[in-house]
Amino acid sequence: MPDSRHYSVQVEVLLRDGIADPQGATIERALPALGLDGVTRVRAGKSFRFDLDATSESDALARATVVADRLLANPVIEESQVTVLPAGTSA
Amino acid sequence: MAPRIGVVLFPGTNCEYDAIQAVERLGATADLVWHGATTADGFDALILPGGFAHGDYLRPGAIARFSPVMDVVASFAAAGGPVIGICNGFQVLTEAGLLPGALQKNRGLRFVCTTTVLRVEEDDTALTAGVTVGTELAIPINHFEGNYTCDTETLAELRDEGRIVLRYVDNPNGSIDDIAGVCSAGRNVVGLMPHPERASDPLLGSEDGAVLLRALLRTADVATPAA
Repeated sequence: MPDSRHYSVQVEVLLRDGIADPQGATIERALPALGLDGVTRVRAGKSFRFDLDATSESDALARATVVADRLLANPVIEESQVTVLPAGTSA
Repeated sequence: MAPRIGVVLFPGTNCEYDAIQAVERLGATADLVWHGATTADGFDALILPGGFAHGDYLRPGAIARFSPVMDVVASFAAAGGPVIGICNGFQVLTEAGLLPGALQKNRGLRFVCTTTVLRVEEDDTALTAGVTVGTELAIPINHFEGNYTCDTETLAELRDEGRIVLRYVDNPNGSIDDIAGVCSAGRNVVGLMPHPERASDPLLGSEDGAVLLRALLRTADVATPAA
């Protein structure tokens, strides 16, 4: 790809609002045992990092969004958040 | 001639021989179809059996969807061929977009391994053709991600079009509307979490699964898709 460079990308995948997150709920219920009260809205998800070649930051975001939407997240139950990390960040 | 059933084998599938034995016991012939296969010529129906295709990495079915055989399954289904996804096979079919919805983790984050009672809701799908609506069948489940979900529009569509094929009498996993199995708009692709092949012999404690598999063989006999 001409004029392309590496971009580091992070994709966070969480269950959609309204989809039961039993893992998050279980973690939340465990916290009082540590004496940690007042922690709410715990959500468990997945985080992915990768490098990709792109011509610009917006190109990197667009390409990473395709990866997120078509593979990393199942849109029926999950939503994803794509972040292009600052230059020099190791994936 | 006895219908010939293709049983799709992904790396990590583990119910393929159960499925083969169950349909052969009912008079069909059956062969494995490797996940790298690029043709399903000569088969009258395809079964995607249970297991952990591609290790269930990322999500159950998420990687299996990219196996070459899934293009074959999609064209076979588009030509009207009967395709049944059992357990992990159901998860693969939803990830591949051949069936709507998704299978999320069970209610209460519980792995469930037990016999369930299913109610047959439709009598004209590839897996229930000729089975009286209301028939109750005792068939085991064995899964962690079997909690069927879909958005409200999809659920309304499934209800309106009579595409909820099987319901749990006593919901074991939190599935929306007690759904145990659904079918495609063409009614030839059916996915279900319970394992009919594990209830297909008196030795297994129930033969109720054979009711569904017999229906599949009847369908396969009639619907021979273009090669």
